[in-house]
Amino acid sequence: MPQPPPNPPSSEITPEAVYADRRRFLKNAALFAATAAGAGAGLVWLTGGLRPGSRATPRTAGTAGKPIAPAPGPYDTAEPQTPFEAVTTYNNFYEFGSNKDDPSRLAGSLRTRPWTVAVDGEVRRPQTFDVDALLSAFPPQDRVYRMRCVEAWSMVIPWQGFPLGDLLRRVEPTSNAKYVAFATLLDPAQMPGQRRGYLEWPYVEGLRLDEALHPLTILASGLYGRPLPNQNGAPLRLVVPWKYGFKGIKSIVRVTLTRDRPPTTWNLAAPEEYGFYANVNPKVDHPRWSQATERRIGELSRRPTLPFNGYAEQVAGLYAGMDLARWF
Amino acid sequence: MSLAARAVATRGGPRPWLKPAVFVAALAPLASILLQASRGALGANPISEALNRLGLTALVLLLASLACTPAREVLGWVWAIGLRRMLGLFAYFYACLHFATYAAVDQGLRWKAIVADVTKRPFILSGFAAFLLLTPLAATSTANAVRRLGFPRWKRLHRLVYAAGALAAFHFWLRVKKDVREPAIYATVLAALLLARAVVRARDRRRSGQRPAPRPKAAPTVD
Repeated sequence: MPQPPPNPPSSEITPEAVYADRRRFLKNAALFAATAAGAGAGLVWLTGGLRPGSRATPRTAGTAGKPIAPAPGPYDTAEPQTPFEAVTTYNNFYEFGSNKDDPSRLAGSLRTRPWTVAVDGEVRRPQTFDVDALLSAFPPQDRVYRMRCVEAWSMVIPWQGFPLGDLLRRVEPTSNAKYVAFATLLDPAQMPGQRRGYLEWPYVEGLRLDEALHPLTILASGLYGRPLPNQNGAPLRLVVPWKYGFKGIKSIVRVTLTRDRPPTTWNLAAPEEYGFYANVNPKVDHPRWSQATERRIGELSRRPTLPFNGYAEQVAGLYAGMDLARWF
Repeated sequence: MSLAARAVATRGGPRPWLKPAVFVAALAPLASILLQASRGALGANPISEALNRLGLTALVLLLASLACTPAREVLGWVWAIGLRRMLGLFAYFYACLHFATYAAVDQGLRWKAIVADVTKRPFILSGFAAFLLLTPLAATSTANAVRRLGFPRWKRLHRLVYAAGALAAFHFWLRVKKDVREPAIYATVLAALLLARAVVRARDRRRSGQRPAPRPKAAPTVD
């Protein structure tokens, strides 16, 4: 006959205080978890850890650039190229916001066709070009250039573009033409950053005519053999490899030859920090940081910055006799 | 039973879960940076991203620690004082990581360049000065240190935190090229916290003028 189970010994009975504590323990544990999770997520969010850019798909680690396929031309660098992923997700294009990942997230709103570029001012044959007609008149060439940002980071980018000089000669500059002024599209509906007042819009840039005619200076329409992504300045942007990146005005709609030095956006915004020339110069520091070294995107340690971004041999002659600390 | 759970079970007070929870939350930004770094998900310039996020976390936690006293005085949240020291120490912890990342990873321990940066550039100098000012505060954060210094002197020393907060906000302001929206928010929060203190102090002075016996709020509150 089965015995009824004996009552548990009194030593095994949960004390009443502990029994009551169980509820309090569960409540406290829940409050702990909720507070830790809520405050932790809030902190991570506040400090930028949840921005979509931070969750971007892992890019190739290290320098990991592919060597360029075609034999390098006279202006090409054979240095490892910055991965496509980095070139197209780490951008300064304030028309789409001031964070590096804003342009790649938001530039989808830019319509790059149809697109025209007006070339006018001190020229005998002012003309408005459809961008596709322009690209068939001046077929893009491969150019692998170093790109040095004024913020002390750099990339190596395989561009496709044509020499700006070819276009300028086509419209026949008059003898009054001394400078070239450029303007980006002005359309806050397509470029949401233009609704913010941190810069004057549209973005404008300028070059001296001899700088514009230099064979290194190109208008780029592609990179890595693909049409220029919007965040990189589609459909047409300026690339001047011996100057800081902000000179490379994006999404250009107007090129005007002028007698006088044209205004330039960053110079207007902070004249003591950004000059008209903006030639890469390790000896002239930005007031807030050194320009002596730079971080090549994908590399861990800094490397020395070269005068004229390593293009001194080709372009230093343009500035013979000029005090580069004054004309920074 | 995990450590945190034991802390929850055994700590006394009306909110035994609060401090452990804030402790874990304060480690979340570091965990997120390390996790994303290990997955290569810090973007194209991971060093700059980590540096910026460590610095911003230090600023946020410093402002949070500065919010504790006004939270008690203005909102009556007495429990906030219990978090003040821990938040301040975490702010210093992130400031240390921020500076270490700048010096060791960003600058590669090139001391000449670092000294030139600190001495020549208000941007770097303001951040470095904020970091230096927080050091004695972190070193005297124990109850023992309060006893050793005596409360009035300890309190005077810890007023350095206002200068550190202002310098840290200024440092953030100088970092951006042109879009000052985010630094402006932090500067405004700091100004509001300092203003709240000034208002509370004026109120207390007025009250103590009416009643000779001041409130015993000057008792050490080193949690």
